[in-house]
Amino acid sequence: MSITGWLRCFQGIVWREALRFVHQRSRFISALVRPLIWLFVFAAGFRATLGISIIPPYDTYILYDEYIVPGLIAMIQLFNGMQSSLSMVYDREMGSMRVLLTSPLPRWFLLVSKLSAGALLSLPQIYVFLLIARLYGIDLPNWGYVAVIPGLLLSGLMLGALGLLLSSLIRQLENFAGVMNFVIFPMFFASSALYPLWKVQEGSPTLRDICALNPFTYAVESIRFLLYGKIDPTSLLLVAAALVVFLALAIIAYDPSKGMLARIRGGG
Amino acid sequence: MNHLADSREMIEDRAALEPPPAIRIVGLSHTIGGRKVLDDINLEVPGSRFTVLLGQNGAGKTTLFSLISRLYAAQSGHIDVSGANIAKQPAFALAQMGIVFQQRALDLELTAEQNLSYHAALHGLSWRETRRRIAEELSRVGLLAEAKRRARSFSGGEMRRLEIARALLHRPSLLLCDEATVGLDIRSRTDILADVRHLVSDRGLSVLWATHLIDEVKPDDQTIILHRGRIRRMGTAQAIAAEMGVATLQEAFRKLTEAA
Repeated sequence: MSITGWLRCFQGIVWREALRFVHQRSRFISALVRPLIWLFVFAAGFRATLGISIIPPYDTYILYDEYIVPGLIAMIQLFNGMQSSLSMVYDREMGSMRVLLTSPLPRWFLLVSKLSAGALLSLPQIYVFLLIARLYGIDLPNWGYVAVIPGLLLSGLMLGALGLLLSSLIRQLENFAGVMNFVIFPMFFASSALYPLWKVQEGSPTLRDICALNPFTYAVESIRFLLYGKIDPTSLLLVAAALVVFLALAIIAYDPSKGMLARIRGGG
Repeated sequence: MNHLADSREMIEDRAALEPPPAIRIVGLSHTIGGRKVLDDINLEVPGSRFTVLLGQNGAGKTTLFSLISRLYAAQSGHIDVSGANIAKQPAFALAQMGIVFQQRALDLELTAEQNLSYHAALHGLSWRETRRRIAEELSRVGLLAEAKRRARSFSGGEMRRLEIARALLHRPSLLLCDEATVGLDIRSRTDILADVRHLVSDRGLSVLWATHLIDEVKPDDQTIILHRGRIRRMGTAQAIAAEMGVATLQEAFRKLTEAA
């Protein structure tokens, strides 16, 4: 197939995800409400009890509300990645995953296209969240809003790839509750999303080590630095490395000869 | 074709002499969860003919379709589609086939047109070509006026017609239909079956029609009887009945499935 055929396929996959996104307004709203509750309720409550000292990328003391914003952005992407994993399982059960996988284009390309669509579609949610946060009083440097885009795409792809990998392991829809308990919560809480690592170190050095092993921490940190127009190469590299590992494993899991999809149950 | 005569060796010998059939399967076996779902399948689906894959629920029809469409790979044996090995040349082989899955595979929130357009994109068709073919195929299945309607609002029969239109959008030479009429009313069933048969006579399409409904088989249809993962008989429905010494395919089928 020609390059235009490949582009058309990519475009078609993104377009289909975008249409589904538009039709699922409740999903958009719930994806937005979740971080806003954390910002308006949790962060407001903690503002007085948790002081954040001057740590990079911040040049001055900041309020807890401001500290928590990058973590909440990454949370939007984490939920999106897992929800797309849910939609994979749903698609697989409903059969439309079969439509995707019987395209003559290579399977890795189909899966990467689907992931890219997910990462792109997380952007409108994030920017609406950032707009509300700005109205609430979280002022970020103006160009930080643009500088963060590559970081958002990278972390969106990484978390999407993790979701894709999980989708190859989940047998049924009901197991998504397990994903919440065993993936989303541990990843979110054992990271730098809610508290800086030096603060965690004070409480528990072991927990700090766990947080340092969590790729979600680096997604949060890469977003945090980019939002202030700075680059944290370590975080970006580690997010990229996690993306490569998760994606490679997901592609292997979805390879026809690995037989993971043999779990698709049909009739006779 | 006779079940005894069509040994693996004969199929392989013939392969060297004749133009490739729509599907050629040699020595195909597959085990899922410790159960042998398909056991040494050797068969050919001739080009430009309506071939029925007849088997009860659980016979292995859907697994066979999944392997032909390379949703997952066979553990042993090989499958050629229009002469191309599905494992070695998947892109060519997949471009040759249109598939109607047993489970409905439409995006219910999307319109008929959007569902078809998505499929066209997956096959790399240009926008212009996509628009032209969608109009053509929807009009052929009598759904052109419904192009902007969401799939959710379609009846079971309309959904199936839409899926057939979709499967033909990239102009495949082979159409695989897995229990395409299950759960439909008599009228929809008859219409869909007649439409697919018409595609064979009109466009020269090769069709593999998996079903457990014997009344969908005509006496001169090429028929493959699959039972408990093994091919029990192959040939025209008439010939199978004659060979079994019974009057109808129904009796032959009952005898074969009761015996095994």
